[in-house]
Amino acid sequence: MSLRLVSAALLCVAVTVALAWAVLDRPLPEENLPDRVAAAMPESGVDHPVTAVLLNFRSYDTLLEIAVLLLAVVVALALREAQPDQPEAMGLDNPLLRAVMAWLLPLILIVAGFLLWAGSYQPGGAFQAGSVLAAAGVLLRLAGVTTAWLDNATLMRAGLALGLLTFLGVGLLVMIPGAPFLTYPLEYAGTLILVIELTLTLSIGLTLISLFRLTPPYADDPDEAREQAGKTP
Amino acid sequence: MSGALVFAWSGVLLFGLGLFGFIAHRHLLRRLLAFNIMGSGSFLVLVGLAQDGRGVDPVPHAMVITGIVVAVASTALALVVFRRWYRASGRTDLPEDT
Repeated sequence: MSLRLVSAALLCVAVTVALAWAVLDRPLPEENLPDRVAAAMPESGVDHPVTAVLLNFRSYDTLLEIAVLLLAVVVALALREAQPDQPEAMGLDNPLLRAVMAWLLPLILIVAGFLLWAGSYQPGGAFQAGSVLAAAGVLLRLAGVTTAWLDNATLMRAGLALGLLTFLGVGLLVMIPGAPFLTYPLEYAGTLILVIELTLTLSIGLTLISLFRLTPPYADDPDEAREQAGKTP
Repeated sequence: MSGALVFAWSGVLLFGLGLFGFIAHRHLLRRLLAFNIMGSGSFLVLVGLAQDGRGVDPVPHAMVITGIVVAVASTALALVVFRRWYRASGRTDLPEDT
Protein backbone atom coordinates (compact mmCIF):
# COMPACT_ATOMS: atom_id res chain seq x y z
CA MET A 1 0.00 0.00 0.00
CA SER A 2 2.69 2.46 0.99
CA LEU A 3 4.77 1.39 -2.02
CA ARG A 4 1.79 2.28 -4.17
CA LEU A 5 1.53 5.70 -2.52
CA VAL A 6 5.24 6.42 -2.86
CA SER A 7 5.30 5.44 -6.53
CA ALA A 8 2.16 7.53 -7.12
CA ALA A 9 3.77 10.52 -5.40
CA LEU A 10 6.96 10.12 -7.46
CA LEU A 11 4.93 9.87 -10.65
CA CYS A 12 2.92 12.98 -9.81
CA VAL A 13 6.03 15.00 -8.94
CA ALA A 14 7.58 13.94 -12.26
CA VAL A 15 4.43 14.93 -14.17
CA THR A 16 4.26 18.28 -12.36
CA VAL A 17 7.91 19.09 -13.08
CA ALA A 18 7.54 18.09 -16.72
CA LEU A 19 4.42 20.23 -17.10
CA ALA A 20 6.05 23.21 -15.34
CA TRP A 21 8.99 22.94 -17.72
CA ALA A 22 6.65 22.65 -20.72
CA VAL A 23 4.81 25.81 -19.59
CA LEU A 24 8.09 27.70 -19.16
CA ASP A 25 9.45 26.75 -22.56
CA ARG A 26 6.52 27.18 -24.90
CA PRO A 27 6.40 28.56 -28.44
CA LEU A 28 4.28 31.60 -29.22
CA PRO A 29 1.18 30.52 -31.21
CA GLU A 30 1.49 31.15 -34.94
CA GLU A 31 -1.99 32.59 -35.20
CA ASN A 32 -2.35 36.00 -33.53
CA LEU A 33 -5.83 35.38 -32.07
CA PRO A 34 -6.17 38.57 -29.93
CA ASP A 35 -5.59 40.72 -33.03
CA ARG A 36 -8.00 38.71 -35.14
CA VAL A 37 -10.70 38.93 -32.45
CA ALA A 38 -10.08 42.68 -32.05
CA ALA A 39 -10.31 43.16 -35.82
CA ALA A 40 -13.58 41.22 -36.04
CA MET A 41 -15.23 42.87 -33.02
CA PRO A 42 -17.30 45.41 -35.06
CA GLU A 43 -19.00 42.49 -36.84
CA SER A 44 -19.89 40.61 -33.65
CA GLY A 45 -22.85 42.65 -32.39
CA VAL A 46 -21.47 42.83 -28.82
CA ASP A 47 -18.72 44.86 -27.16
CA HIS A 48 -17.00 42.27 -24.99
CA PRO A 49 -14.47 39.98 -26.71
CA VAL A 50 -15.21 36.88 -24.57
CA THR A 51 -18.95 37.13 -25.26
CA ALA A 52 -18.20 37.72 -28.94
CA VAL A 53 -16.05 34.57 -29.06
CA LEU A 54 -18.60 32.53 -27.08
CA LEU A 55 -21.73 33.46 -28.98
CA ASN A 56 -20.56 34.60 -32.37
CA PHE A 57 -17.09 33.56 -33.56
CA ARG A 58 -17.13 30.16 -31.91
CA SER A 59 -20.81 29.72 -31.19
CA TYR A 60 -20.57 26.14 -32.40
CA ASP A 61 -18.64 25.28 -29.20
CA THR A 62 -21.30 26.92 -27.06
CA LEU A 63 -24.06 25.12 -28.93
CA LEU A 64 -22.39 21.76 -28.28
CA GLU A 65 -21.84 22.73 -24.65
CA ILE A 66 -25.55 23.32 -24.16
CA ALA A 67 -26.16 19.96 -25.81
CA VAL A 68 -23.77 18.37 -23.28
CA LEU A 69 -25.64 20.01 -20.39
CA LEU A 70 -28.95 18.74 -21.74
CA LEU A 71 -27.46 15.27 -22.18
CA ALA A 72 -26.21 15.27 -18.57
CA VAL A 73 -29.61 16.17 -17.19
CA VAL A 74 -31.35 13.61 -19.44
CA VAL A 75 -29.04 10.85 -18.14
CA ALA A 76 -29.61 12.02 -14.57
CA LEU A 77 -33.38 11.94 -15.17
CA ALA A 78 -33.08 8.43 -16.58
CA LEU A 79 -31.12 7.25 -13.53
CA ARG A 80 -33.59 8.78 -11.12
CA GLU A 81 -35.16 6.24 -8.86
CA ALA A 82 -38.90 5.84 -8.83
CA GLN A 83 -39.56 7.31 -5.42
CA PRO A 84 -41.73 10.18 -4.38
CA ASP A 85 -39.88 13.46 -4.30
CA GLN A 86 -40.26 15.21 -0.98
CA PRO A 87 -39.06 18.79 -1.16
CA GLU A 88 -39.95 19.56 2.44
CA ALA A 89 -37.81 16.67 3.67
CA MET A 90 -34.75 18.59 2.56
CA GLY A 91 -35.77 21.92 4.05
CA LEU A 92 -33.60 22.86 6.97
CA ASP A 93 -35.86 23.75 9.85
CA ASN A 94 -34.39 27.21 10.14
CA PRO A 95 -36.64 30.29 10.43
CA LEU A 96 -33.65 32.58 9.89
CA LEU A 97 -32.90 31.03 6.51
CA ARG A 98 -36.53 31.45 5.45
CA ALA A 99 -36.56 35.06 6.57
CA VAL A 100 -33.30 35.84 4.79
CA MET A 101 -34.60 34.13 1.64
CA ALA A 102 -37.35 36.75 1.29
CA TRP A 103 -34.66 39.43 1.14
CA LEU A 104 -32.15 37.48 -0.88
CA LEU A 105 -34.38 36.14 -3.64
CA PRO A 106 -35.19 39.48 -5.35
CA LEU A 107 -31.55 40.48 -4.99
CA ILE A 108 -30.40 37.23 -6.62
CA LEU A 109 -32.81 37.71 -9.52
CA ILE A 110 -31.59 41.29 -10.05
CA VAL A 111 -27.96 40.12 -9.99
CA ALA A 112 -28.76 37.40 -12.54
CA GLY A 113 -30.46 39.93 -14.81
CA PHE A 114 -27.57 42.36 -14.47
CA LEU A 115 -24.97 39.68 -15.23
CA LEU A 116 -26.89 38.65 -18.33
CA TRP A 117 -27.14 42.24 -19.57
CA ALA A 118 -23.55 43.08 -18.62
CA GLY A 119 -22.28 40.23 -20.78
CA SER A 120 -22.52 42.37 -23.90
CA TYR A 121 -19.96 44.93 -22.73
CA GLN A 122 -18.07 43.52 -19.71
CA PRO A 123 -17.42 40.13 -18.05
CA GLY A 124 -20.72 38.38 -17.49
CA GLY A 125 -23.22 36.56 -19.65
CA ALA A 126 -25.53 33.60 -19.81
CA PHE A 127 -23.38 31.13 -17.84
CA GLN A 128 -22.80 33.39 -14.89
CA ALA A 129 -26.44 34.50 -14.83
CA GLY A 130 -27.62 30.89 -15.13
CA SER A 131 -25.41 29.80 -12.23
CA VAL A 132 -26.79 32.62 -10.06
CA LEU A 133 -30.33 31.55 -10.96
CA ALA A 134 -29.45 27.97 -10.04
CA ALA A 135 -28.07 29.17 -6.71
CA ALA A 136 -31.45 30.80 -6.04
CA GLY A 137 -33.15 27.47 -6.81
CA VAL A 138 -30.82 25.54 -4.50
CA LEU A 139 -31.38 28.07 -1.69
CA LEU A 140 -35.15 27.80 -2.15
CA ARG A 141 -34.93 24.05 -1.82
CA LEU A 142 -32.65 24.17 1.21
CA ALA A 143 -35.05 26.60 2.86
CA GLY A 144 -37.81 24.05 2.29
CA VAL A 145 -39.90 26.34 0.10
CA THR A 146 -42.19 24.19 -2.02
CA THR A 147 -41.68 24.89 -5.67
CA ALA A 148 -44.68 23.27 -7.35
CA TRP A 149 -43.91 24.80 -10.73
CA LEU A 150 -40.60 22.94 -10.76
CA ASP A 151 -42.44 19.64 -10.32
CA ASN A 152 -44.44 20.13 -13.50
CA ALA A 153 -42.55 17.64 -15.67
CA THR A 154 -43.69 18.96 -19.05
CA LEU A 155 -42.89 22.57 -18.21
CA MET A 156 -39.54 21.59 -16.73
CA ARG A 157 -38.49 19.57 -19.77
CA ALA A 158 -39.56 22.36 -22.09
CA GLY A 159 -37.45 24.78 -20.05
CA LEU A 160 -34.45 22.45 -20.11
CA ALA A 161 -34.58 22.08 -23.89
CA LEU A 162 -35.45 25.74 -24.60
CA GLY A 163 -31.85 26.98 -24.73
CA LEU A 164 -30.62 24.34 -27.17
CA LEU A 165 -33.74 24.59 -29.34
CA THR A 166 -33.53 28.39 -29.57
CA PHE A 167 -29.82 28.25 -30.34
CA LEU A 168 -30.39 25.62 -33.06
CA GLY A 169 -33.42 27.51 -34.36
CA VAL A 170 -31.49 30.77 -34.72
CA GLY A 171 -28.59 28.91 -36.30
CA LEU A 172 -30.90 27.35 -38.87
CA LEU A 173 -32.95 30.51 -39.40
CA VAL A 174 -29.96 32.49 -40.64
CA MET A 175 -29.44 29.81 -43.31
CA ILE A 176 -32.66 30.83 -45.09
CA PRO A 177 -31.13 33.98 -46.68
CA GLY A 178 -28.11 31.85 -47.58
CA ALA A 179 -25.66 32.50 -44.74
CA PRO A 180 -23.75 29.54 -43.29
CA PHE A 181 -24.97 27.82 -40.10
CA LEU A 182 -24.77 30.14 -37.04
CA THR A 183 -23.47 33.11 -39.03
CA TYR A 184 -25.63 35.99 -37.85
CA PRO A 185 -26.38 38.91 -40.18
CA LEU A 186 -24.60 42.03 -38.93
CA GLU A 187 -27.66 44.19 -38.28
CA TYR A 188 -29.42 41.55 -36.14
CA ALA A 189 -26.38 40.04 -34.43
CA GLY A 190 -26.81 41.91 -31.12
CA THR A 191 -30.52 41.07 -30.85
CA LEU A 192 -30.05 37.43 -31.80
CA ILE A 193 -27.23 37.02 -29.27
CA LEU A 194 -29.38 38.58 -26.54
CA VAL A 195 -32.29 36.24 -27.37
CA ILE A 196 -29.97 33.22 -27.30
CA GLU A 197 -28.40 34.36 -24.03
CA LEU A 198 -31.79 34.88 -22.38
CA THR A 199 -32.96 31.36 -23.20
CA LEU A 200 -29.53 29.92 -22.36
CA THR A 201 -29.66 31.56 -18.93
CA LEU A 202 -33.03 30.00 -18.23
CA SER A 203 -31.98 26.56 -19.47
CA ILE A 204 -28.62 26.57 -17.66
CA GLY A 205 -30.31 27.63 -14.42
CA LEU A 206 -32.97 24.94 -14.75
CA THR A 207 -30.37 22.31 -15.68
CA LEU A 208 -28.28 22.98 -12.58
CA ILE A 209 -31.38 23.09 -10.36
CA SER A 210 -32.61 19.79 -11.83
CA LEU A 211 -29.26 18.11 -11.31
CA PHE A 212 -29.42 19.21 -7.67
CA ARG A 213 -33.03 18.13 -7.25
CA LEU A 214 -32.42 14.73 -8.82
CA THR A 215 -30.56 13.59 -5.72
CA PRO A 216 -33.19 13.99 -3.04
CA PRO A 217 -32.43 12.92 0.52
CA TYR A 218 -33.26 9.25 0.41
CA ALA A 219 -32.41 6.77 3.05
CA ASP A 220 -28.79 6.20 2.14
CA ASP A 221 -28.48 2.82 3.80
CA PRO A 222 -28.33 0.30 0.94
CA ASP A 223 -30.17 -2.43 2.86
CA GLU A 224 -32.99 -0.08 3.65
CA ALA A 225 -33.08 1.04 0.05
CA ARG A 226 -33.42 -2.55 -1.15
CA GLU A 227 -36.26 -3.15 1.27
CA GLN A 228 -38.00 -0.06 -0.01
CA ALA A 229 -37.55 -1.21 -3.58
CA GLY A 230 -38.99 -4.62 -2.64
CA LYS A 231 -35.93 -6.55 -3.76
CA THR A 232 -34.26 -9.34 -1.88
CA PRO A 233 -30.76 -8.38 -0.79
CA MET B 1 8.97 35.81 -13.72
CA SER B 2 5.82 37.18 -15.29
CA GLY B 3 2.33 37.13 -13.77
CA ALA B 4 1.14 34.74 -16.44
CA LEU B 5 3.80 32.25 -15.41
CA VAL B 6 2.73 32.42 -11.74
CA PHE B 7 -0.84 31.50 -12.73
CA ALA B 8 0.33 28.76 -15.06
CA TRP B 9 2.64 27.21 -12.48
CA SER B 10 -0.06 27.35 -9.82
CA GLY B 11 -2.30 25.54 -12.29
CA VAL B 12 0.38 22.92 -12.92
CA LEU B 13 0.80 22.43 -9.16
CA LEU B 14 -2.97 22.01 -8.70
CA PHE B 15 -3.00 19.51 -11.55
CA GLY B 16 -0.21 17.49 -9.92
CA LEU B 17 -1.93 17.54 -6.52
CA GLY B 18 -5.20 16.46 -8.11
CA LEU B 19 -3.48 13.67 -10.01
CA PHE B 20 -1.95 12.36 -6.79
CA GLY B 21 -5.31 12.49 -5.01
CA PHE B 22 -6.94 10.73 -7.92
CA ILE B 23 -4.44 7.86 -7.77
CA ALA B 24 -4.07 7.66 -3.99
CA HIS B 25 -7.73 7.62 -2.95
CA ARG B 26 -10.22 4.84 -3.54
CA HIS B 27 -13.38 6.54 -2.35
CA LEU B 28 -15.36 7.73 -5.36
CA LEU B 29 -16.20 11.14 -3.86
CA ARG B 30 -12.54 11.81 -3.10
CA ARG B 31 -11.66 10.80 -6.63
CA LEU B 32 -14.30 13.14 -8.01
CA LEU B 33 -12.92 16.01 -5.91
CA ALA B 34 -9.38 15.20 -7.05
CA PHE B 35 -10.54 15.13 -10.65
CA ASN B 36 -12.14 18.55 -10.22
CA ILE B 37 -8.90 19.92 -8.76
CA MET B 38 -7.08 18.61 -11.83
CA GLY B 39 -9.65 20.34 -14.01
CA SER B 40 -9.28 23.62 -12.13
CA GLY B 41 -5.52 23.38 -12.59
CA SER B 42 -5.82 23.03 -16.34
CA PHE B 43 -8.30 25.94 -16.47
CA LEU B 44 -5.82 28.07 -14.54
CA VAL B 45 -3.04 27.17 -16.99
CA LEU B 46 -5.26 28.13 -19.95
CA VAL B 47 -6.41 31.43 -18.42
CA GLY B 48 -2.95 32.30 -17.09
CA LEU B 49 -1.07 31.70 -20.33
CA ALA B 50 -3.76 33.54 -22.31
CA GLN B 51 -2.57 36.90 -20.94
CA ASP B 52 0.98 36.40 -22.07
CA GLY B 53 2.70 37.61 -25.21
CA ARG B 54 0.28 39.69 -27.27
CA GLY B 55 -2.15 40.86 -24.61
CA VAL B 56 -5.23 39.12 -23.28
CA ASP B 57 -6.48 36.41 -25.62
CA PRO B 58 -10.27 36.04 -25.29
CA VAL B 59 -10.44 32.67 -27.07
CA PRO B 60 -8.99 30.55 -24.21
CA HIS B 61 -11.13 32.54 -21.75
CA ALA B 62 -14.25 31.57 -23.68
CA MET B 63 -13.02 27.96 -23.81
CA VAL B 64 -12.49 27.93 -20.05
CA ILE B 65 -15.95 29.22 -19.22
CA THR B 66 -17.39 26.56 -21.51
CA GLY B 67 -15.19 24.03 -19.71
CA ILE B 68 -16.31 25.18 -16.26
CA VAL B 69 -19.97 24.76 -17.11
CA VAL B 70 -19.36 21.31 -18.58
CA ALA B 71 -17.28 20.37 -15.51
CA VAL B 72 -20.09 21.40 -13.15
CA ALA B 73 -22.63 19.40 -15.14
CA SER B 74 -20.42 16.32 -15.34
CA THR B 75 -19.64 16.52 -11.60
CA ALA B 76 -23.35 16.62 -10.80
CA LEU B 77 -23.97 13.71 -13.15
CA ALA B 78 -21.13 11.75 -11.53
CA LEU B 79 -22.70 12.36 -8.11
CA VAL B 80 -26.05 11.02 -9.36
CA VAL B 81 -24.31 7.92 -10.77
CA PHE B 82 -22.23 7.37 -7.59
CA ARG B 83 -25.31 7.59 -5.47
CA ARG B 84 -27.07 5.04 -7.63
CA TRP B 85 -23.99 2.78 -7.46
CA TYR B 86 -23.86 3.05 -3.67
CA ARG B 87 -27.52 2.20 -3.33
CA ALA B 88 -27.18 -0.72 -5.74
CA SER B 89 -23.96 -2.22 -4.35
CA GLY B 90 -23.36 -0.67 -0.92
CA ARG B 91 -19.81 0.21 -1.93
CA THR B 92 -18.11 3.58 -2.05
CA ASP B 93 -15.37 2.45 -4.42
CA LEU B 94 -15.11 0.53 -7.64
CA PRO B 95 -13.91 -3.08 -7.66
CA GLU B 96 -10.20 -3.53 -8.39
CA ASP B 97 -9.05 -4.67 -11.79
CA THR B 98 -6.82 -7.65 -11.21
